[in-house]
Amino acid sequence: MTTTEPTPEVVVDPNAINITINGRPVAARKGELIIAAADRSGDYIPRFCYHPRMSSVGMCRQCLVEVEGPRGPMMVVSCMTPVAEGQVVRTETDQVKRAQEGIIELLLANHPLDCPVCDKGGECPLQDQAFSHGPGESRFIEEKRHYEKPIAISDLVLLDRERCILCDRCTRFADEVAGDALIHFTSRGNNTQVQTFPDEPFSSYFSGNTVQICPVGALTAQPYRFKARPWDLEKTESTCTTCSVGCRITLESSRDELLRYQGVDSDPVNHGWLCDKGRFNFESVKSDARLSNPLVRDGASLVETSWSSALSTAASIITSALRSGGATRVAVLGGARGTNEDAHAWAKLADALAIDSVDAQLGDGLPAAVLAYPQATIDDASRASTIILLSPDLKEELPILYLRLRDASEKKRSRILEFAPKGSGLTRYAWKSVPYMPGNQATVVASTLSESSVSAQMAKGSVVVVVGRSNLAESDEYTMAALDAVMAAHPSATVLPVLRRGNVRGALSAGLGRRDAVDILTDAANGEIDCLVLVGSDPIADFPDTDLARRALAAVPNIIAVDTFATASSAKATVLLPAAAFGEKDGTTTNLEGRVTRLARKVTVNGTSRPDWMVALELADILGHDLGATSVAEVHADLVSSNPVFGPATRAALSAHPDGVVLAPLATAPSIPVAPPVAEKPGFGHRLVVGRKLYDNGRNVSESPSLAPLAPGSALHMHPLDLERLGAADGASVKVSGDRTSIVMNVVADDSVQRGTVWAAWAQSGANIGELIDATKWVNDVKVETL
Amino acid sequence: MARLSEENVRLAKEIIGRYPRARSATIPLLHLAQEQDGHVTNEAMAHIGELVGATSAEVYGTASFYEMFKFEPVGKYLINICGTMSCALMGAEELMHHAEHRLGVKLGGTTDDGMFTLERAECQAACTEAPCLQVNYRYRFRVTDADFDSLVDDLKAGRLNDEIPAHGTVARVRQHIPVDRGVGAVPPEDVTEAPTWMDGKAAL
Repeated sequence: MTTTEPTPEVVVDPNAINITINGRPVAARKGELIIAAADRSGDYIPRFCYHPRMSSVGMCRQCLVEVEGPRGPMMVVSCMTPVAEGQVVRTETDQVKRAQEGIIELLLANHPLDCPVCDKGGECPLQDQAFSHGPGESRFIEEKRHYEKPIAISDLVLLDRERCILCDRCTRFADEVAGDALIHFTSRGNNTQVQTFPDEPFSSYFSGNTVQICPVGALTAQPYRFKARPWDLEKTESTCTTCSVGCRITLESSRDELLRYQGVDSDPVNHGWLCDKGRFNFESVKSDARLSNPLVRDGASLVETSWSSALSTAASIITSALRSGGATRVAVLGGARGTNEDAHAWAKLADALAIDSVDAQLGDGLPAAVLAYPQATIDDASRASTIILLSPDLKEELPILYLRLRDASEKKRSRILEFAPKGSGLTRYAWKSVPYMPGNQATVVASTLSESSVSAQMAKGSVVVVVGRSNLAESDEYTMAALDAVMAAHPSATVLPVLRRGNVRGALSAGLGRRDAVDILTDAANGEIDCLVLVGSDPIADFPDTDLARRALAAVPNIIAVDTFATASSAKATVLLPAAAFGEKDGTTTNLEGRVTRLARKVTVNGTSRPDWMVALELADILGHDLGATSVAEVHADLVSSNPVFGPATRAALSAHPDGVVLAPLATAPSIPVAPPVAEKPGFGHRLVVGRKLYDNGRNVSESPSLAPLAPGSALHMHPLDLERLGAADGASVKVSGDRTSIVMNVVADDSVQRGTVWAAWAQSGANIGELIDATKWVNDVKVETL
Repeated sequence: MARLSEENVRLAKEIIGRYPRARSATIPLLHLAQEQDGHVTNEAMAHIGELVGATSAEVYGTASFYEMFKFEPVGKYLINICGTMSCALMGAEELMHHAEHRLGVKLGGTTDDGMFTLERAECQAACTEAPCLQVNYRYRFRVTDADFDSLVDDLKAGRLNDEIPAHGTVARVRQHIPVDRGVGAVPPEDVTEAPTWMDGKAAL
């Protein structure tokens, strides 16, 4: 009897394709383009129009290569030609070189060659490739094409059509990636040019990306024009903390001044894109309005003083509050705008002093329990077969997440099922958009999910629930109840929480979410708080119930504010400490999916500003507590060792993974929310919905001269039929009344608003909608009257 | 003026209904707009964008590719004198010179009374009849200076109203597809059976 050795099974990948590039074998994948395969194998092919994150168009012809064909070698455009089994590609033959030189000569025929005065000079693909792959000379002696030198195609972007080589990158980006096809090729032949529609600017939230991907100097950004030459810029990689998406960026500075941010292609997060708010708000870091020295109250005014005296004043305020009534007399609000280390240091200080009234959110987020559900990453969401939105308008609040989900829908990977009180940026991409009256979402969610078409869709594959605060004028419990309705119908769903403040997830995970800000401010208003510490927070501007915030701050005898700017809230402060801003401090941050990445310091702090963590450590020291750290590295080490959630985010891990380390969900079990009452439809009035616009009165917009004018201002949005019923004209002033007060606003017809509701944007100049929000109510109704 | 009239919107919707994708109707709708106003107005382009689900910039980008869409008002009669080889050899240059004098405008200009716009065109595919011109895209062959003068006189006097309609009406010949023959707004990939009117005949 013989035994046969089992032959090892050879696994053949059906998508594997073997090609040869410049004589070397290269393993490629079915459907891959030659240029992408060559990029991986290290054979650089020059290109202008090809961009790996967009579709190929073969516009510039610079990537011609030679491919062996049945009748000998032939020239093909490598960004349009997919690999094929046995393909023989040559990228450096004489014929390829002749072709490349010919294309460069043609592209330069009409190019003005004004490199000495061009912002792109020094980092320009056309300039670089003219040197590396160009003929060195031109035979073109005729008059070049002339156009008016730069024309503004939006408030932020200028277009110099003479420099343009018509690569289609910006127009493709606008159409495919941003979904705002507001620029397009116009005319034909020699007159072809990129243009907007007459009097309709390229007012996309993503316009700055076109400047970054322009392979010539045709598109320039207003905030950076003529500020620096590329070879003078020093660059450091960091993470944008404007919102909680956490896009990877480079901070670029010259002479200790931030001059621009550029997107870095982080595969799990931003794919290289940035929103204009994140890209251009570096201007606020160097604002003249920044605080530069500590201030202490002397009678009616705040006077400059030294750090040591300001800190000892602060410490004595805290000490006397603790002595007078114990730890319940002290509260800390904020921390969501800092680093993980800032949050950890303040959490440790609160621990040391046994302070329980601590919240990093200002009544505008969700309970920290949302971080304890099974978590999804942005990638999980963009690959899910069903994305359920229980979120605010992502285009306005978390623009790059909007791009990722829009892409998932456009590429037909995912279907979006949206539940919203008002149409959002994603509504037009949604498979199904279900409106609800605020207060009724859990019921609407449950009944929609029980429809057979919806449950069939959800059974097709993974389900990710994107959950955030869609309305500041209702209790957050409604969102939690709606989330629970989804989880009850589909227990295997995962959750992507979209709390919006830069590092809110880091702050909550570090322990800065112990008690709801609504309760803290109510206590304060009742005179039960003696000392309120504001760590980069401004309740009067940011807390939805403006009246409560104002009463609370008026009733607190001593406020200690740590902030980059003087705010409405810090105007009442006893001690005002200047904080280091983004770009001025090292550390780590946590994005909305729990991804910890590194932040970098690029410029010197403004004046004597100090990072928040340092303020906490020094205060602790004066108060007689040693927090066991003296540097940001030590605070980070302590965070990683003492807080199990941050355990994986060690220095070594972060160095090894520039895209970051994703944290596990919080260990605490989700609290069972109080089942909020289903709110009746408003009788006479309209139910109030308050959301956000990308550009608002936040300091990083209002202190950035390029962005500040883009904020739309305060207005009341109403369905056109409701407006007709009211008898008011579009744009007229109307009186909007809540229970406490009334304000006058301009009314705007907007058919994305549901009938029976009105919508207003938060934090806009003009009438403050926060005056009408009562945080103690489940929902807020208002009455709208003509004047 | 400006946006498409109510009647034209009805027509536009009918035209859109002929295509599987609304965007495909962009060019026919631009003709409709030009027919309405004599040129394509910005407001009409924005309106077309709304109707076909494209941005105004996309409609403008498409429209501006084509020489025959005008974005500024042109005369009631657009005269295109051929300037390509055969016509040039047969005296088109001299004819243009004469036309400029006769109308009192330079090449590309419009007469003060808004009647005539003078343009040079590339080959109009009537080389055997050189020099040729087109009035609102209707041919005139072997045009002499005298022919040109009498053409202008006839147009001014309205004697050619039947033959040559005002500018913009090049798309007057309109398709009328019987209901049972129209494919309608069905994506091509969803069509599994041949249309009924094919009667089993093989597709082309």
